[in-house]
Amino acid sequence: MEQKEKKSLLQKVPHWGWVLISFAAALLLWYALSVNPKTSRSFPFVPAIFEALQTMIQNGALGEDLASSMISVGAGFALGFVTSVPVAFLMAWYLPVRGILEPWIQFIRNIPPLAYVPLVVIAVGVGRTPQIIVIWIATFLTMAVTIYQGVRGVDNTLIKAARVLGANDTVLFLKVIFPATTPFILTAVRLGVSVALTTLIAAESTGAFAGLGMRIRALSNNYETAAMLLYIIIIGIIGLVLEKVIKFLEKRLTGWQETRSA
Amino acid sequence: MAGNAERVKLKIDGVKKIYNGRTGKVIALNGVNLDIHENEFVCVVGPSGCGKSTLLNIIAGLDTPTEGAAYIDGKRITTTGVERGVVFQQYALFPWMTVLKNVMFGPRLQGKSPEEAKEIAMKYIKVVQLEEFVNHYPKELSGGMKQRVAIARAYAVNPEVLLMDEPFGALDAQTRTQLQQELLNTWEKERKTCFFITHDVDEAIILAQRVVIMSARPGRVKDIVEIDIPYPRTQETKMSERFIELKNKIWSEVYQEYLEVRK
Repeated sequence: MEQKEKKSLLQKVPHWGWVLISFAAALLLWYALSVNPKTSRSFPFVPAIFEALQTMIQNGALGEDLASSMISVGAGFALGFVTSVPVAFLMAWYLPVRGILEPWIQFIRNIPPLAYVPLVVIAVGVGRTPQIIVIWIATFLTMAVTIYQGVRGVDNTLIKAARVLGANDTVLFLKVIFPATTPFILTAVRLGVSVALTTLIAAESTGAFAGLGMRIRALSNNYETAAMLLYIIIIGIIGLVLEKVIKFLEKRLTGWQETRSA
Repeated sequence: MAGNAERVKLKIDGVKKIYNGRTGKVIALNGVNLDIHENEFVCVVGPSGCGKSTLLNIIAGLDTPTEGAAYIDGKRITTTGVERGVVFQQYALFPWMTVLKNVMFGPRLQGKSPEEAKEIAMKYIKVVQLEEFVNHYPKELSGGMKQRVAIARAYAVNPEVLLMDEPFGALDAQTRTQLQQELLNTWEKERKTCFFITHDVDEAIILAQRVVIMSARPGRVKDIVEIDIPYPRTQETKMSERFIELKNKIWSEVYQEYLEVRK
């Protein structure tokens, strides 16, 4: 009886209540880290972060870094997307394409981009180009695999059903296979965005002139930890915002899905 | 002879199907011969894996026989055709389309305008009593409702032959009985040639004019039983002496094949 009452009390807390509690706990932990002499250097508290924010805005670095990184991520991801979709479909449909490409996709996919960034820089020179290429490679590999699995997983009875209703290959692709694959394409986009952000830091490790990742490394050389932490938080926020945008898209485009009812 | 004895609508002539499985060649069908007449309702029963679905897929044009051929109106079947409508056990509704869009899909492919297609779709959605659910997505429907949509979708292209692959197999007993009755009523009105696969002997007898019993793998036609119970049939028919007689006869034949599978 008593336990039941306890449970209902916990259930009374609304979702935003938990979010609030979560934030408070995080701030507390952060504060604890900032006063502990062992960790205070790495984790300066909120006021220092705001100070850093002001400085970075005033000297123009933040705007420049954000723009640079977003252009690299945007271009690399866009290239990754438009190339992975056709490759994934071709791999799913044609055995030779699959046989030739799949082993290499799996092989390169498991190599951290950080490892081959220098090679790309040596090949194409410093600046933005190597960043875009590296993000392109990383997002392409992740998205191609995800979409390919989605296309292969399209329920065969749906294809049969469309065929017996008179669908030819074009109709089958546009009206059945493509919509059936949309959830996987969106999952691929989500994974691709996350990979793009992760790879960004690696891509900016060599020969970059601006960018969030480049700046973090530059700041680390001077132990400017407040600004570093600020940049790390900004990367996290960008990830969250993009995630929300994709979730919204998923809701709009794939709300018909049977799963995720619980 | 039950049905329209004059004209053979579907002819299955020496159909053999061999699959290349992982453990070697699997003979799914081994020389199946069967004539299905125009306006006839034929049910096929047999143990799982006897090739019932393979046979249906060959008639639908979704699979090709290794030897022999299936014919519709004397023409060899090589691909799918809208004169052969199919209802699958797994409903196979397009989950991203509403009920209306699902049923409109076929008519639209036949070149009907959106208005015409909608009109046709609405007509069949009414037949299956789902007018209230036209704008619902499949995920919002129960199994029985989904299968009603699938049936409406098959009807909407006005096929000459209905091929049904255990359409009520996944439904609860009550819904199944209800859909059987609806199908019977529709068939008695329209007399579309029906090729209906089931593993439920009761279902086969209540629906069919002839029940085809298939042997265990490799599938052949083991026996064909005429169901000489007059239509209209209702659920009370299942209580009649003749029904029980036929049920015992068919069931014992099917059961022998089940034992064959277990060996």
